[in-house]
Amino acid sequence: MKQLFVAVICVALALSFGCGGSSSKSQSSSTPPSTPTGPNVQSITVNEGPAGNYANGSFTSVTLCVPGTSTCQAISGILVDTGSVGLRILSSVLTLSLPQQTAPSGDPVAECLPFIATYTWGPVESADIQIAGESASSVPIQVLSDTAIPVASDCTAFGLQSADTLQNLGANGILGIGMFPQDCAGCSTSSSYDIYYQCPSSTACQPIVEPLGSQVQNPVSVFANDNNGVLIEFPAVSQPEATLSGYLVFGIGTESNNSLGSAGIYTLNSNASITTQFQGQSYSESFIDSGSNGIYFLDSGSTGIPECSDATYFYCPSSTQNLSATNLGSNGTSAAINFSVANADTLFSEDPADAVFGQLAGPNPGSFDWGLPFFYGRNVYVAIANKSTPQGVGPYWAY
Amino acid sequence: MESSLLTRTHILVVSQVLSSRPRKTFCKFILPFLSFTFFILPFSFAALGGDTNSVLADQARFQGTLQRTQMAAFQVHEIRFHNGASIVREYVSPAGQVFAVTWQGDSLPNMQQLLGSYFQQFADAVKQQAAGRPGRRPVTIVQPDFVVQMNGRVQSYSGKAYLPQIVPEGVPQEAIQ
Repeated sequence: MKQLFVAVICVALALSFGCGGSSSKSQSSSTPPSTPTGPNVQSITVNEGPAGNYANGSFTSVTLCVPGTSTCQAISGILVDTGSVGLRILSSVLTLSLPQQTAPSGDPVAECLPFIATYTWGPVESADIQIAGESASSVPIQVLSDTAIPVASDCTAFGLQSADTLQNLGANGILGIGMFPQDCAGCSTSSSYDIYYQCPSSTACQPIVEPLGSQVQNPVSVFANDNNGVLIEFPAVSQPEATLSGYLVFGIGTESNNSLGSAGIYTLNSNASITTQFQGQSYSESFIDSGSNGIYFLDSGSTGIPECSDATYFYCPSSTQNLSATNLGSNGTSAAINFSVANADTLFSEDPADAVFGQLAGPNPGSFDWGLPFFYGRNVYVAIANKSTPQGVGPYWAY
Repeated sequence: MESSLLTRTHILVVSQVLSSRPRKTFCKFILPFLSFTFFILPFSFAALGGDTNSVLADQARFQGTLQRTQMAAFQVHEIRFHNGASIVREYVSPAGQVFAVTWQGDSLPNMQQLLGSYFQQFADAVKQQAAGRPGRRPVTIVQPDFVVQMNGRVQSYSGKAYLPQIVPEGVPQEAIQ
């Protein structure tokens, strides 16, 4: 009887290993053949966005609720951004009245977050967040408004453009799902980042230290499940399109639809970046970012590709350039990437309704910023710092 | 804010002086100089295009440690702050003028402080670029007297600004890092 029991167990184990093997083999391609489904899957779309003029912006919707209540609002047109962390919503689209975070002084807390050309400013409030079947409670978010609390002078001292309006942001908000759990780790010990402020009603806002748990949080890292990172899936494109549908899948290796398969893992160097090698040179401050709307790399001097005369932040070669670069992770993973640079003026002039441009590129002296076109035709994983995945602890990119 | 900045700068200069000079020298020669810096600093608040006093003002503003390196054609004043997570470098010509600044790390520095009298020119050019098609992209400003490159992303910023007309002869743009 005992021998029979052992034999049954052995057969069962053998079968289960067989199942595991075949199942992982079926997912071993980095481009799954089927549509991902499940409570961790959110549809995302590249289109013109709510302002009607965005190029290469991927948008989705989120549902916010007053914490602990069923008073909720679904908001669409939110930019999916792996290059930042935290949920930020334009106050002009928010109809909910959310609780304001206060500093130990009792004053309201506001944030100034510099992006590259723009900053977001506004109060830190808390909301319950629902995306697909995932949810998180009482999450600090930023509500974007230049008027709810006057912009701090240390914020305007960055010299950037406010992104607090639909016209400037081109989106109703930003879903920052990058590789860190909070948006300013150093702010937990120093006020000199000029990012978090307490804002008394009677005097000007002053920079403050903001504990990690009070900071605007990466919504993914505070989900109950599937909280170690994200996977973004888009089909390839060959020509400009008006729309492109893809998927934002929460978790890495937590469900059958988000396993890493054969994707290569690229860990970060001391610049929190990867190295991109191009034409014999290495650029060690390169990164992958769904929130950048082109492939931004080097400059006209080093590439020989002219900038557009009317918009010098895009390239305008006389004919489409087919190029190759190699990404190199700190862990030694490397693979070649083929990409193309088309004339941006031509891309934009073909059909005003187009919003998907796989060959849109521009200068970024000294490094590669692999923006949204890099995601077309790839499955790109972003693992959050200090979170475990089946292939090691984040942060890393994989594709 | 300016008064606290001056106080911090003043203390910094005093502490550096006191620790490195005999007291008599301090009283006789340095003290009058300190009064001078105290009054002159509000007018030399700028960094880019400013003199080396403005580097000290920047060090105080960023609450950082300052290290100077002498190169063949210029001096580099490197300010490390946020426990070394952010670095600002200021390039000073033999004439004593800051002809370039660079930044890298987990914070964007106070550009008003760093760019001094070029700040408004910078802010205007950034706003003009940001007014184009929405979409996040790096910023490159090329004007005859003022060049800026801003790259990176949130929590990992980098960039440089320089004044082409006062970059010392023979110093290539790539030397500014």
